[in-house]
Amino acid sequence: MGNDEPIRVVLAKIGLDGHDRGIKVVARILRDGGMEVIYLGLRQTADMIVAAVEQEDADAVGVSLHNGGHLTLAPRLVQALRDAGMETPVVVGGIIPDDDVQPLHDNGVAVVLGPGASADEVVASVRQAVLTSRT
Amino acid sequence: MDVSSSSGRSTYDANVANAAVRDVPFETMSGVPVDTIYGDGPYPGEYPYTRGVYPTMYRSRLWTMRMFAGFGTAKDTNERFKELLRHGGTGLSTAFDMPTLMGRDSDSEWAFGEVGRAGVAIDTLGDMTDLFADIDLSKVSTSMTINGPAATILAMYIAVAEDGGVARKDLAGTIQNDILKEYQAQKEYIYPPRPSMRIVTDMVKFTTAEMPRWHPVSISGYHIREAGSTAAQELAFTLANGFAYVEAAVAQGLDVNDFGKRLSFFFNAHNDFFEEIGKLRAARRIWARWMKERYGATDERAMLCRFHTQTAGVSLTAQQPEINVARVAIQAMAAVMGGTQSLHTDAYDEALALPTEKAARIALRTQQIVAHETGVTNVADPLGGAPYVEWMTDEMERQAEAVFAHLDDIGNGSILEGVYTGIENGYFVGEIADAAYRYQREVNANQRIIVGVNAFTEGNDEGQAELLKVDPAVEKEQLERLARVKQARDTDLVASALAQLSAEAQDPNVNLMPSLIDAVRTDCTEEEIAMALESVFGTYVERAVV
Amino acid sequence: MRSTDELKCLFDEAIAGHRRSLGRLLTVVERGGQAAAAVNDMAHAVGGNGHVIGITGAPGSGKSTVTGQMLRLLVAAGAKPAVLAVDPSSPLTGGAILGDRLRMDDGPDSFIRSMATRGQSGGLAVAVPAAVRLFDACGYNPIIIETVGVGQVEVDITGAADTCLVVVAPGWGDAVQANKAGLLEVADVFVVNKSDTPGAKDVRRDLEFMLDLGHVSGHEVRRGSRPNIVNTIGISGVGIDEVLAEAAKHLERLASDGQLADRRKRRIAIEIRSHLQQQLAETVDALIEGPVGGAHIDQVANGSMRPSEAVQALYSGLDDGGCL
Repeated sequence: MGNDEPIRVVLAKIGLDGHDRGIKVVARILRDGGMEVIYLGLRQTADMIVAAVEQEDADAVGVSLHNGGHLTLAPRLVQALRDAGMETPVVVGGIIPDDDVQPLHDNGVAVVLGPGASADEVVASVRQAVLTSRT
Repeated sequence: MDVSSSSGRSTYDANVANAAVRDVPFETMSGVPVDTIYGDGPYPGEYPYTRGVYPTMYRSRLWTMRMFAGFGTAKDTNERFKELLRHGGTGLSTAFDMPTLMGRDSDSEWAFGEVGRAGVAIDTLGDMTDLFADIDLSKVSTSMTINGPAATILAMYIAVAEDGGVARKDLAGTIQNDILKEYQAQKEYIYPPRPSMRIVTDMVKFTTAEMPRWHPVSISGYHIREAGSTAAQELAFTLANGFAYVEAAVAQGLDVNDFGKRLSFFFNAHNDFFEEIGKLRAARRIWARWMKERYGATDERAMLCRFHTQTAGVSLTAQQPEINVARVAIQAMAAVMGGTQSLHTDAYDEALALPTEKAARIALRTQQIVAHETGVTNVADPLGGAPYVEWMTDEMERQAEAVFAHLDDIGNGSILEGVYTGIENGYFVGEIADAAYRYQREVNANQRIIVGVNAFTEGNDEGQAELLKVDPAVEKEQLERLARVKQARDTDLVASALAQLSAEAQDPNVNLMPSLIDAVRTDCTEEEIAMALESVFGTYVERAVV
Repeated sequence: MRSTDELKCLFDEAIAGHRRSLGRLLTVVERGGQAAAAVNDMAHAVGGNGHVIGITGAPGSGKSTVTGQMLRLLVAAGAKPAVLAVDPSSPLTGGAILGDRLRMDDGPDSFIRSMATRGQSGGLAVAVPAAVRLFDACGYNPIIIETVGVGQVEVDITGAADTCLVVVAPGWGDAVQANKAGLLEVADVFVVNKSDTPGAKDVRRDLEFMLDLGHVSGHEVRRGSRPNIVNTIGISGVGIDEVLAEAAKHLERLASDGQLADRRKRRIAIEIRSHLQQQLAETVDALIEGPVGGAHIDQVANGSMRPSEAVQALYSGLDDGGCL
């Protein structure tokens, strides 16, 4: 599998949270980093995201959560992917208190991005997550 | 530039001489007496109100120190309300949880993990009763921050008040109910724009007739700014939405003077001190001019752009969170020097979670320091006349006018149609996304410094302060409560109330408010009502514009 | 790199209805190379008779909304539609933001795949014909290719589709612009979207006028029939059923007067041509950048060889089986 093909990332807002400023900026950042981004928009359920990941054969999925629902919704997405037979790395961004980072990882989230992450960090961590998942 | 001529300083002085003012010395800390106003007219309280909506501004009355509260169950929030009133807050401001904001019940599929997290959970009338328990609603001003399901929540508030012996005409407060900005920025819409506008105009008509102390729409720029717009876009899109509501209400037969005086605004107070002040001054000038010249308002009160301000949540950093207190203080100063009528200051830990009690108290104290220790309240529009501030005001106005011209163009002479078109073709969300991206690139390139984020980062690793954690038992408790209500209510009454709503929704000539009040009294849930309306109005699905 | 057995396995799963396997195969064909060619051949062996509909239009015409509505109606009518949404890659970064606003009501019976042009000039990606073949082999029908109407649209999209829909809307520019962009040549059906807005009548009138001119210049004779114009309101779905009906009628017409087979052969010609061109381009690049090319360039630079001689020499080198 060539590692110079563009990485394909599905981005989505999962649940009711409508704060999409950050994820839209991330979409452009990833594009600037040479990735192909499919942004699903708002009010996506875990199943809708999984269906898109399947069809788009995405290398990674990114969701952002601003309303405190991350400990419920992110693990749900990880589980839904696994139920569909996929181990696609999940990247979570938004408002995530320090104490919740490890629990997210314990629940299968590959990367947690804080609000101050630079563009380079965002691109590098997605790239790394994809590389790790391929090994 | 203020081209209108002032009536002159002597007229202003005469007005001011008769005004009731607070019983404090209007002197500097060192005892030097200061004048009410300096510089040239038009003066505060004089068209076009650039310098302030009232002649004496804060000499007569300080802004309302309105602190947002809401989390967990209604009982929890009720405690926080009573606490804030005890600490000297003068207005109640309610935050609702995500499901409630979106018209979903706590037992909805969508609510899982979100009940009581970002605000208080309201499913049925009983929750609203608990929320305001032991609070005399005739003596407080309540602001409710909700949009899509606003009519239902207002109906509940009215029912609670009346059940507690308070007449609806005595209720003072605001309900945000600004659906247009939802499509542009906050995304808490339910139905498509046009039927949603019908609900808004129903509420405007109803409150104009029956609730004179109630502001039925708080036309908001705060969220537009939080979504990433520039200051000028915040100004322009907000006022354009305001014009759209005016056009919609007038088309419904309302008198521009009658309802115009009931509209209020809600702006963001961000970091660029002088840009914010210029923005707020320009807002007053533009609104007055348009209401008078374009929409024919003759009652001064309909020309006044009165606004609430909230300090910019998006400017708070998770890094070294204590320094957010400084940011908030500066932003609060800008809001006050920009002439706000009401102010919410963010708590320093709000970048990460809902504020702790201590952090919320510090935020309130910040306002109290500005009000009582800085002296800026002695003089109205203290920066008026400063060359930079006047230039900034003009510049904000100029940029806003360019946006209005565009909307007028794509709306074929109607700002309302222009706003609908702009929503549909992604104009607003596109502009906002572009501005957000530009800003992020500047930060990333270290051209725009954010202390603690891309500079002065020593101190970042000191660990997070104590954060508010919402007890997971809240969701369980709320679900149990909801189940009990559903069990105890009369299902026939519920069914017929919902059928009534659906039927009335189909007739644009019927005002939905009375039936909503009836429906909430039968213990219809918020979601049941939302779905009854959705079955007629349809669901709005956003086009995802990056 | 997947082995042929792995590919065959994936292929069989895809044919049997496993969406994930189809998704992975689409990635394989996007990557090009031998694996892609193998998968393309497998799909070709299975064959299919799906109606391939191209839909294009200028940005802002609302074509994504129209496509989404078409999808909704097709699924409701029991069809199994596939959509390939093609968007341009950034020439600077190679990245892309794909398939905006498209995902509407996708249930288990539809398949939506976003594809970036990845450096291919014009509106389509090299992998499109292979992707179409895959969808066809898996029984998807219709197969909709959605692209942005800029550049060499007429070559690219007629080359890939049986029926071409061109979406226009008021405010999109005058019909002369459309003509220049080659959109008039391309369309089998015109969709005037946002038809409830004031400028729509003018757009329709302009289109009719330009089509009349086309008739005068023999354009209509070449294409075989004058394209019909359908009014739609994308956001509410008005007129979409008519669009689908017109597309179906167009297919019937092609089939009944024998043009369908020709048209599909032209699709194959363009598919093969684009692969050949890509291979040749790669070969030429390798030659120029290699030692032989380098030597010739040096000689031209120092005046000992004329440019035309260098070209001739290198070309003959190709011809002699040097690199072909």
